[in-house]
Amino acid sequence: MRRQTLNEKALERYRALFEPKSMAVIGVSTRNDRHPANVIFNKNRLHYPIEVYAVNPSKGRLQGEPVYASVSEIPGKVDLAVIVVRAEQVRQVLADCIEARVGAGVIISGGFAEAGRSDLQEEIAALAREADFPFLGPNCIGMFSPPFVDTNFIAAERIVSPSPGNIALVCQSGGILVDLMIKLTGEGTGLSRAVSIGNKVLIREPDLLDYFIHDDRTRVIAFYVEGFGRGEGRTFLEAAARCPKPIVVLKSGKSPLGTTAVSSHTASLAGDYRVFSAALAQFGVLEAKNETELVNFCESLSRYRAPIKGNIAIVTGSGGHGVLAVDLCSALRLSVPTLPVEAQGELRSRISPSIQAIASLKNPFDLTGSATDEDFAAAVAYLWSRPEIDCVIALLLPYMPGISMDLGARLSFVAKQMDKMLVAYVPHVEKYQILTEGFELNGVPVAHSVEGAVLMAEAMRRWGRC
Amino acid sequence: MLSRKTQALLEAAKGHGWVFEPDAKAMLKERGLPVPCFATAATRDEARSKAHKIGYPVVAKVVSPLIVHKSDVGGVVVGIRTDHELDAAFSRLAGLDGFEGVLVEEMLPGGVELIVGATIDLQFGPVILLGLGGTSVEIYKDTALRLAPLEPKDVLSMVGELKAHPLLEGYRGAEPVDMTELTRVLVLFSRFVMELEGWIESIDLNPVVCRGSRCTIADARIMLAK
Repeated sequence: MRRQTLNEKALERYRALFEPKSMAVIGVSTRNDRHPANVIFNKNRLHYPIEVYAVNPSKGRLQGEPVYASVSEIPGKVDLAVIVVRAEQVRQVLADCIEARVGAGVIISGGFAEAGRSDLQEEIAALAREADFPFLGPNCIGMFSPPFVDTNFIAAERIVSPSPGNIALVCQSGGILVDLMIKLTGEGTGLSRAVSIGNKVLIREPDLLDYFIHDDRTRVIAFYVEGFGRGEGRTFLEAAARCPKPIVVLKSGKSPLGTTAVSSHTASLAGDYRVFSAALAQFGVLEAKNETELVNFCESLSRYRAPIKGNIAIVTGSGGHGVLAVDLCSALRLSVPTLPVEAQGELRSRISPSIQAIASLKNPFDLTGSATDEDFAAAVAYLWSRPEIDCVIALLLPYMPGISMDLGARLSFVAKQMDKMLVAYVPHVEKYQILTEGFELNGVPVAHSVEGAVLMAEAMRRWGRC
Repeated sequence: MLSRKTQALLEAAKGHGWVFEPDAKAMLKERGLPVPCFATAATRDEARSKAHKIGYPVVAKVVSPLIVHKSDVGGVVVGIRTDHELDAAFSRLAGLDGFEGVLVEEMLPGGVELIVGATIDLQFGPVILLGLGGTSVEIYKDTALRLAPLEPKDVLSMVGELKAHPLLEGYRGAEPVDMTELTRVLVLFSRFVMELEGWIESIDLNPVVCRGSRCTIADARIMLAK
């Protein structure tokens, strides 16, 4: 049966979850400042524009603020409850939250199905379903939703500050979530929401997908999936089919744990992962085979909207880098077209006389180590004017003497002016940060490997096929 | 909706865990899926009269609750041209485990042999498989998968995904597979599979023999859900 898309009431509940104005942290300690609940309390009180209330039955004071015995004693309205109490106590706390008309919850506590206590898990699921009370978890780190809230219980000084952006990231595993947040941040890519769903008792991947379709802050939706429940994969894809935004999925656990004897060819050939992968492709979801693909696909999709056909021009000052990129393109069946002879002549006339005799102007376009900023700008602009090309990959080696740190911004402006796709590769060292930021702060993605740059082009080509 | 007849056949097959080939073909035929002319016979004389009706050459296959993989035990005799050859085939098949009779079938002319399959995936539900058929499918693994139900465009993209697709398009002067007919068969089959979801574990239609404007299901194995 086809599920309906979210109605206004459901959207409001998700807004209470992701954009709360007030929050209760239930289970703070008055003795241990490193308690996860205390970390969440401190972090949000200091860094987010949200009213934070501490809750613990033993009361007292925390950082000069009152600790409330129960959520019902909090004087103001509470949008979000973050629950960090022992598994056995979660049911009562949840009932209190429902009673106090809290909008939504994040249950950080572990000790449920993953510890053999499916009974406790089913109890809280039934209670919340009955009351139509949405919650993330249990056994999760909740979410990071800038600039509203961050329920991740890692102290601010222990993690890079993720930048706000337009990618929503959903992981079953909290560890992978934090790791991917760090990696995306390292690529200069920002997040709109980062969600760990843990045991995903109530809110699951298809629910979040439905919400992110409506979420104006989100343009790209990425999932790290360990597995779907019975029939849940199909529900997810039905939601994907009505999603106008690109969806990227990384599946872990691709190899079968043990093959049981199968009685038909089809059962033997249609393994879990093969079906998973084929189904994603059938419904226009981009499958990332590994973390590198996920990060590069997301970066590219977050910066560009228009898909490409995949006709790539590779511009470089190093022949070796150019050939490497061509190999990677051909492995993905991205086309690397050669220009007609007259066009090569025209391009040659536009670059400095000093390199006209030595530059190789077949694709890859090797402008040589003597090329300058002007040569790169002229070559890239000319290539975009050609109908054979819909994406330029610029492989930049900043140690070349003719290249300045201004080249990033300069090429980005040309790209914006011509509304074409540009991807750059710059070696990832602090020394070249101005060059990298010249691209990134002007909307052009920079990969930190040649492979990454090719994957960014591949993302926009695959998005076009959906 | 499954017909009452199909439901009865599935119900009756539950004891073995799989559907006998004549019953499987009857179900497929009822859904408009192309199967060869076939009949079952419990005796030699019956086999002869059925063969005369169908017309030589014919194929004879063992029907036995103990034999799922017929060709592994010599349970299939092809190219039978005379009453005499049919008698010999009958005698041989009658010696196999659990013999209950024979399936006498029109001998299909050679063509491109495909496998069309179905399985019920835990996460995604009914899935359709298309590949190069025959007994070596599990060696080459040249197959494409899609969630059921299929749309015509899915069939085209499945064919395009096969390494063997030039074989379907008329390799080195051979006759190409009729894509309109193959599409019709796969789309129809995928809709049937949607209705079989609660009943089956997997289905192999292998081979499906494509020649000229026909794509005929030469063998059908329906394994039931445990």
